[in-house]
Parts: sequence; structure tokens; C-alpha cells
Amino acid sequence: MSESSLRILVVDDERAIRRFLKVSLGNQYEVLEAVNGEGTLRAVAAEHPDLVILDLGLPDMDGVEVTRRLREWTTIPIIVVSVREREDDKIAALDAGADDYLTKPFSVGELLARIRVAVRRSTRPDNEPVFQIGDLTVDLARRLVTVRGEPVTLTPTEYDILRTLVQHAGKVLTHRQLLRAVWGTAYETETHILRVNVSNLRRKIEPDLARPTYIVTEPGVGYRLRISDNTRGAVWKERSGSP
Amino acid sequence: MTSDISRPDPDQLLAHVQADEKAAKRGKLKIFLGYAAGVGKTYAMLEAAHQRREEGLDVVIGYIETHKRIETEELVSGLEIIPRKRIEYHGVELTEMDVDTILARHPRLVLVDELAHFNAPGSRHPKRYQDVEELLTAGIDVYTTLNIQHLESLNDVVAQITGTLVRETIPDSVIDSATEIELVDLPPDELLNRLREGKVYIPEQAARAIEEFFRKGNLTALREMAMRRAAERVDDQMRAYMQTRAIPGPWHATERLLVCISPNTLGERLVRSTRRLADELNAEWFAVYVETPEHERLSQAGRDHVAHTLRLAEELGARSKILPLSQTAPGVAGTLLQYARKHNVTKIIAGKPLRPVWQEWLRGSIVEQLIRRSGNIDLHVISSTDAGKLPAEEAVWQPHRPYLRYVWSILLVAAATFLSALLGREISPTNLVMVYLLVVVISAVYLGRGPAILASILGVLSFDFFIVPPQLTFSVSDAEYLLTFSGLLVVGWVISYLTARAREQADAAERREADTAALYALSRDLAAADGMDAVLKVLQTQIEQAFGREVVVYLADGGKLQPNALAADVQPGETEIAVAQWAFKNGETAGRGTNTLPGAEFRFMPLKTARRTVGVLGVKPKESESILSPDQRRLLEAFASQSAQAIERVQLAEQARQIELLKAAEKLQNALLNSISHDLRTPLVSITGALSALEDETTLEASARHSLVETAREEADRLNRLVGNLLDMTRLESGALQVKHEPCDVQDLIGAALGQMEDRFLERQIRVDVSNDIPLVSMDFVLIVQVLINLLDNALKYSLDNSPLDIHAGLHYGEIQVAVMDRGIGIPPEDLPRVFDKFYRVQRPEQVTGTGLGLAISKGIIEAHGGRIWASEREGGGAIITFALPLEVSV
Repeated sequence: MSESSLRILVVDDERAIRRFLKVSLGNQYEVLEAVNGEGTLRAVAAEHPDLVILDLGLPDMDGVEVTRRLREWTTIPIIVVSVREREDDKIAALDAGADDYLTKPFSVGELLARIRVAVRRSTRPDNEPVFQIGDLTVDLARRLVTVRGEPVTLTPTEYDILRTLVQHAGKVLTHRQLLRAVWGTAYETETHILRVNVSNLRRKIEPDLARPTYIVTEPGVGYRLRISDNTRGAVWKERSGSP
Repeated sequence: MTSDISRPDPDQLLAHVQADEKAAKRGKLKIFLGYAAGVGKTYAMLEAAHQRREEGLDVVIGYIETHKRIETEELVSGLEIIPRKRIEYHGVELTEMDVDTILARHPRLVLVDELAHFNAPGSRHPKRYQDVEELLTAGIDVYTTLNIQHLESLNDVVAQITGTLVRETIPDSVIDSATEIELVDLPPDELLNRLREGKVYIPEQAARAIEEFFRKGNLTALREMAMRRAAERVDDQMRAYMQTRAIPGPWHATERLLVCISPNTLGERLVRSTRRLADELNAEWFAVYVETPEHERLSQAGRDHVAHTLRLAEELGARSKILPLSQTAPGVAGTLLQYARKHNVTKIIAGKPLRPVWQEWLRGSIVEQLIRRSGNIDLHVISSTDAGKLPAEEAVWQPHRPYLRYVWSILLVAAATFLSALLGREISPTNLVMVYLLVVVISAVYLGRGPAILASILGVLSFDFFIVPPQLTFSVSDAEYLLTFSGLLVVGWVISYLTARAREQADAAERREADTAALYALSRDLAAADGMDAVLKVLQTQIEQAFGREVVVYLADGGKLQPNALAADVQPGETEIAVAQWAFKNGETAGRGTNTLPGAEFRFMPLKTARRTVGVLGVKPKESESILSPDQRRLLEAFASQSAQAIERVQLAEQARQIELLKAAEKLQNALLNSISHDLRTPLVSITGALSALEDETTLEASARHSLVETAREEADRLNRLVGNLLDMTRLESGALQVKHEPCDVQDLIGAALGQMEDRFLERQIRVDVSNDIPLVSMDFVLIVQVLINLLDNALKYSLDNSPLDIHAGLHYGEIQVAVMDRGIGIPPEDLPRVFDKFYRVQRPEQVTGTGLGLAISKGIIEAHGGRIWASEREGGGAIITFALPLEVSV
């Protein structure tokens, strides 16, 4: 599938931002526009775009609500772009079903990288058995994890966490989503169990504990398995560093 | 001259306006004045009340005595009656007007019968007119009844006419302050008829006395007094009206009278006479007592008498004043005249001297001095019908020194006689007189006047008996000795008088000195006291020392008294607080030893300054029997006034401090605005500049374009960081920041922080050392990541691009410490504590950009976690910033 044929729906009530996105994305993708929640729902149903870039602060309804409504009937990748930087807002959007969350302002490079990851994931066949990043290989069919070719022994829980991350590689998984996937709904608030297990998992697979390369912590939100990207800009940061 | 007279005096006009204003807030008092019981005052009052009610006024009965008269009772039945308060006194149940209920009910008009009534002990005020005063102050109109014989200034005249002394009296000022007086009149013959028909209520036990009272002559005299009094009122009102409207008329030149109070019973008579004279002249009047050294010699009763007379004068409408003996104008007369001239007094009223003529002759009469030196001031001398006893003189003549002193003086004379007898053979008797003189002087100095006089008399006798030939007889051989005797006697008396007088003056000076010293100590300590607590402490200690009394202070806030007693070891009860409230509200001393609520344990004095009442000072004697003397009361009042000023000073200082703080906050805000506007604009300048340059694409080389774009991008990032910081700071300061504690892995923490800053560490070597023994630590992960990022950012900015950074994490005494260390320029030692201040930047590297908020935010976050953060110098150069979080969080 050629990327230039992909159609992206840009939803923002600010004309300046729509224009900037249209110009930035226009030479690679076909860009559709919507200015509010109702328009978005109609456009997705009528035009079947391949991806939605969604602002949270829409005039008629909240972006989180738009996400929830879309998820009722479609698995279309949704990248939320917002000035809201509080973790609660991110979690709300991600839990509602958004694939990624980007805080405004962002660089075009960052946005393009996220779009590529989201598109790749949505078009990847589910039964892809082997995942590889750097020195880490995960063979889902054989439940085998190796680092630099050496097999690593994981506890069932650790393996389940890794598997869940691999299945959503590149996507931020909230604590709640991970806990529900691995332990079930009864445990979805027991964040510390997750932390301990992720910590143990990292000890087994990460080359440098102080600077994890595979499992990246999204502070206050959750974890993401980083997938390699050719550009340096693919370091997926929420914020371009503080002060 | 005429025009001069007709112009209203501005002072008087002002007084009228002020009186009007005061009266507007106060309730109006209407007195139904009669000359005897049975003239129909109560009936008239009730009728007027019904009329008011028909006009739509809210009328209630506060207290009424119908004496079971049918017509009266019929009138009462139509009106709302406030139930009386029951007061138990010595097993007898008495009923009194319930002031509190009336105040709470707050009607427009209340009827109160028998204004001159004395309340049962245990009531709020001893006298009913004081209750009425309080009702008026609360803005309630009052109708009341009064018989003329209860008027204080007429008290003695009534007693002279009727032979009955009326005990229940009210001050004249009450009737003067009444808005309206209605004379309820009935010709004496008709009244006597009514009496015979049994229509006048007479208490059985007093029936005889009252029959004596109800004689036609008496009644006519009383009636005349009542009418005259009412007419005087009308006259006054007329005059006041004419004055405000500048209507020309026969004005009295304003007279001012001064009555000299002396410590004898004539005082009361003097005061009453002066009051009548003042009334007739429509004059202002003063009652003045000059405190001479003799005042200190007065018996307690004598001093009380002076205080009583002065109080009476005040009740009768005078301004009373105690003057110390003037330094510039000698003598009592001089002091009086000086004061009189200063206050434009036109007439001085003095009592006829009561001393024996020879004393006048010896000491000089004050009245005579006044006459001689008064100049243009008239002098009225009032006589006394009965030469009242002189408690003061009595006190002087009584041997109030212990008898031991007289024994001593006798012994001294005996010793002198013995010595003289021994020496008598060698020395002539005339010279031996010196030995006796010595004894008299010693007695005068050490034993007082009485013993000295005794010594001189005994001295003469023993000299005559034992020394002068022929010895052992009182007969004298040589007439020359008679001169020696009289010389010895006179010299003895004079010396004893002078010495004793000097001594008494010294005593008086000492007492005043002690008072002054106490006041000085108070004001010195108050001046040194800073802060309310210190002031109250000083007050407490000083009053305890000077008066032996416990102290409480209530402070006022926003016109209300705070219920918490300060400077007190125990909190006084509800009733005491109510008394304090009363004293505060009315601005008068109340409680123990006063006319208001005398049953209280404490005596409460309002702490007044020139501008307001700052609170109430309460004192309670440690021994329940102790009573304040008038001198002590004066001193205590001086204390109260001093403390009021000190308290106000502290309060003003506190206000000033608050304003200072506000100013500081404002200054900080200005700094913030300046910094923000600078920091926001600078990146915008670069961005706008770069973009406008890019618009003109043709002239730019590719590399230049690239550099412009990079600049714009970097500046935009900087702007974004700044906005983020400002938001964080705002959240932190507005208290919107919520710390969500959860167990976190420190390793993960550092990893997350480094991960977020990855693209800025490309050239840097970063060494991370996390000790293995760190458990999960409770913290808000996101916020602490933010702190770490801020610290790393700081370290990056202030160190060279190729220098390494170190991060250490470890356990230290129950807390986890994370340190970020650089090899940069370091922080000047004097700035170490300041780096966490808002907008503080180490100024040296010019190229370093930032808001100066990063570390301040970090500090805020760490402190919200109950941790701490500090900066230190690193050995070998560079800076260390460390934060510590407690392992155990008590949430």
C-alpha cells in the first residue's frame, strides 16, 4: 500500500492549525478536514479515512467523547493532539481508545513518526509471529524471548506484559490497559504490581537499566514498547523536555 | 454689639448638632412628671401609650404598677406586657423589669413606671434609671413616670419642706436629657379628696409617714417645684430653639461656675446649691477638689467623702476634677484661681470656713485668699446650717499612730530629765532646756506630731518639777523661768508642727512618686514590648504588682469583642463576659465596685484610645475582700489608658506589616511580569525575525535558511518550556497541585527523566549510580520526573558541552536522596540558599537562557512531598543539587 494514497482526517477548530497540518502532511497524504465533533463522526462514516488526527478541545463535544463514539464501530487509528498536558487527560483519551497522544506544540517530524507507527500497526497482520527490535527478539508463537540470541527466562506475568506490549508495539498502553490485559479487570488499579514486574522485566532484557531502550516509561500514563525508526526524531517524547 | 450677640455661637451650634445626632440614634425619653403619688401619672402615661399604639407604633409595657386601680388596669389590658424578671434575694422573690428581654424584643416604645425605683440587689443596674438609659442607648423610646421629690438637686429642699428624706433619687441629668416632660397636675385639694376616698395607693407599713407627707402645705410646695421645674425645661427648649435659629433675644452671657469641694459635709450642700444656681443661670459648672498634702492625712472615710461629693456633682451635671497643688500659683486658693481663669469661670462657690477663728488666724483662710485674689471672678460663700462634723479634722486629732510612740516620747523625756538631773550640778538649768528641745525634735522627726507635742508639754513640766529650783515642786523661784517654759513650749510646738508637716508632705510625695513610678514602669515595659502577647504579659505583671489583682483582657475585632480572654490564667464565665461586653458597648467601667452589674467578680474597664475602644481590661482582686481606693482607681484608669494605647500601637504595627507584605507581594508580581514579558517576547522576536527573513526566499542560501529555521524552532521550544513552567508555578502556588502518592521505582524514575531528555544528551556522558537497596518509594512519579528533568536541565545549562554529569541515588537515614552533579561553573557560596528562589539565576554565562523558575518549581514539588532540596558545591568544581524524600509517608 502506497503511503500517498492514505487519507488523513484532521480535526481542529483552529484554522491556523488545520492549515499548518494540511501543508505539512499534504505532500505525503491526502488531507481531509473537520472542525467539530459532529463533522468528524459524519466524515469518518462517509469518507472512510485511514487515520484521524483529533484535537480534544472541540466546540461542540469533547475529543474524548468523539473517540469513544468512533470506537463503538471502527478501529481506525486515532492520534490525539492537544494542549492538555495533564496525565489524566492523556489517560482518558487513551483509555477511550485513542492510539497515541501528542501534546501541542509538536514538531512535524514527531507527528509523521507517530502517523507511520500507527498506520503500520493498523495494517500489520495480527499473526506476525516474530517481533524484533535491536537485540531483542520475541517469538510469540513459541513464547520465546531472546536478547542478543541468548534466551531469557521470564515469569508468566513478565511474559504476558511483554507480549501485550509487543502486540501494541509503538502504542502507549496505559497502566489500566496493561493491568486489565495481564491480570484482569479486578486488578486494574494495582499500579505497583505492574511497576515491580516491569522493573524485573527490564532487568532481564534492557542493556542499560538507567536508560531503557525497549520498554519506555510514559510518566503517569503507562508504558510503550519502542519500535525502531530510522530517523533520530523518532524518540517519542510527549514533551520536548522541560525547562 | 447687638449683631454680635445675635450671632449663634458656633461651639453651641455644634453642640446642638451633635446632641441632635446622638439623640437621633438614641431613643426618646418622655417623663410624666408629678408632684406626689396619686396625681395620675401612670394613667396619663398609659393613655398616651394607647394613642401611640393607635398611630401604629409598636408599644410594650416594660414595667407598670397599677396598684390595683381599676381605671388603670383597664388601660393596661390592651397592651403587650413584657414579663418581669424574678430575682431571689434573701429568700424573698422580687420582680424587676427584664431589660434583656426588652432589648431582644426591641419595641419602638416601652413604658417604664417609677423611674426613681431602686432595683433589687443582683439586678444588672442598681437603679432603674440606668436600665432606662440602656434602653434609650439601644434606640428604644421610653415613657416613664417620676415624682418631683425624687430629683437629686431638690432632695434637700424636699427634706426641709416635708421632713421626710427621700432615699430613691435620680440625677438631674436624667431629666435634663429627656426629650419631653409632661406635667401631670391635680390641685392639692382634689388629691386630698382622692386620698380620703382611698383612691391613692399607700403601702400599709408607711401609712403614717405618708399621711404626714400628704399635708396641703407640703403638696402646694411640691406642686410649685414640679411646675417650676417643668417651666424651666420649656424655657430651656425655647432658648435652644432661638439660639439655633439665631433669633435675637435676651441672652445670658454664658456663665461658668466653679464649686470648691472640701473634705467636710458642707460639700454636698455646696454641690446642690451650685447646681440650683447653675440651673437658674443656665450655666456650665465645675466641681473641683484641690489635693493638698493634708489629703494624705485624711482618714479613709474622709477620702471617700471627697470622692462621693465629686461623684454627686457629676451626677448633678458638673464636670468634676481633682487638681494637684499647683507649682506656679501657690496654695489652694492659687490653684483654684488658676484653674478658674483657664476655664473662664465667672463665679466661684465656696463654703464658709468651719475652722475655729484662731486656726484661720494662724493658717489663713482659703476663702479670704480667694476673695483677695479673685479679681473679676465673683465669689459666693455658702453657709452651713448645722456645723457638720469634720471627719478630716477628727482624723488628724485622733492619735492614729500607735500608742507605743507616745510611750517612747515619755521615755525620751524621762531620759532627758535623768540626764539633766545628772548634769544639773555643773550646768545652769537654762542651758539644760536644750536637752529637752533635742527630745522634742527627735520625737517630731521619728514619732510624729502628737508624741512631739506630748514631749514638749512633759518636757516643760519635768523641767519645772525636777530641774528648776525649787526642785520637786511646780513653783518657780525665779520669774525668768516662765519665759524659758513658754519658749520651750512654743519652740516645741512649732518644731513638731513643721517637722510633721514636712514628713507628711514627703509621704504624699512618696505616694505620688510610687504611682508615677508604677505608671512609668508600665509605659517603659509597654514601649519595649513588641507584639500583642508581650504587651498583654506586661500588663498582667504590672497590674499584679501594683494592685495585687488578676487580669483578663478582651480584644475587639471589627467592632465586636472577642470572646476569648487573653492574658488570663483562667477563662471567666459567661456572666463575666456579658459584663465585659456591656463595658465595651457602653464605653464605661462596669462590674465589681461600679454602678453597673456590681455583682460581677471582675471590674471591667474599656480600653479607649482617642479613636476607638480597642478592648476591655478586667481586674479581679486576689483576696475577695479587697476594695480599690479612689486613688488606686485613678491609677488603674491611667494604666488602662496606657495599655489601650499600647494595644492600638501593636495593632497598627500589625496593619503596617500587612501592608508591607502586600507591597512586597506586589513587587514580586512586578518582577514576575517584567521577567515574563521579557522572556516571552525574546523568543517571539527571534521567531518573527527568522520567519520574515524566510519569506524572501530568493536571496538566501540553503545553509542560511536552515540556520534561520533552526533558530526559530529552538526559540519556539524555549517559549513552550516557559509557558509550561509558568503553568506549573501557577498550579503550585494556587494550591491546585495534587500529589498522587504511589510506590515508585527510583531506577524507573531516572530512566523516564533521561528518556524524555534524550535528544539533549547526545554529546554528554551521563553516569548513573543507583544503589541496589532502594525499595519502592512513595511519590508522585510524574512530578518527581519533572523535578529530575528540571535539575538535569539546570546542570546542562550551567556546564560545558563535553563535561560529564552524574546522578546518584541512595538511602540516607530513612530517606532516599537523589543528587544531580555537574562540572560546570558552580554556584557562588553566598547564592547557595537563593538558587531556589523564583526568578533567581546565576548571572554569569550570558548565553544561558531560562526563566529562573525550574528550581523554584522543583522545590515546591519536593516540599509538597514532605521532602527537602538543597544546593552544594562539588569538590573539584561544579554544583550538586540534591533532593531527599522520606521513605515512610504519612498520608
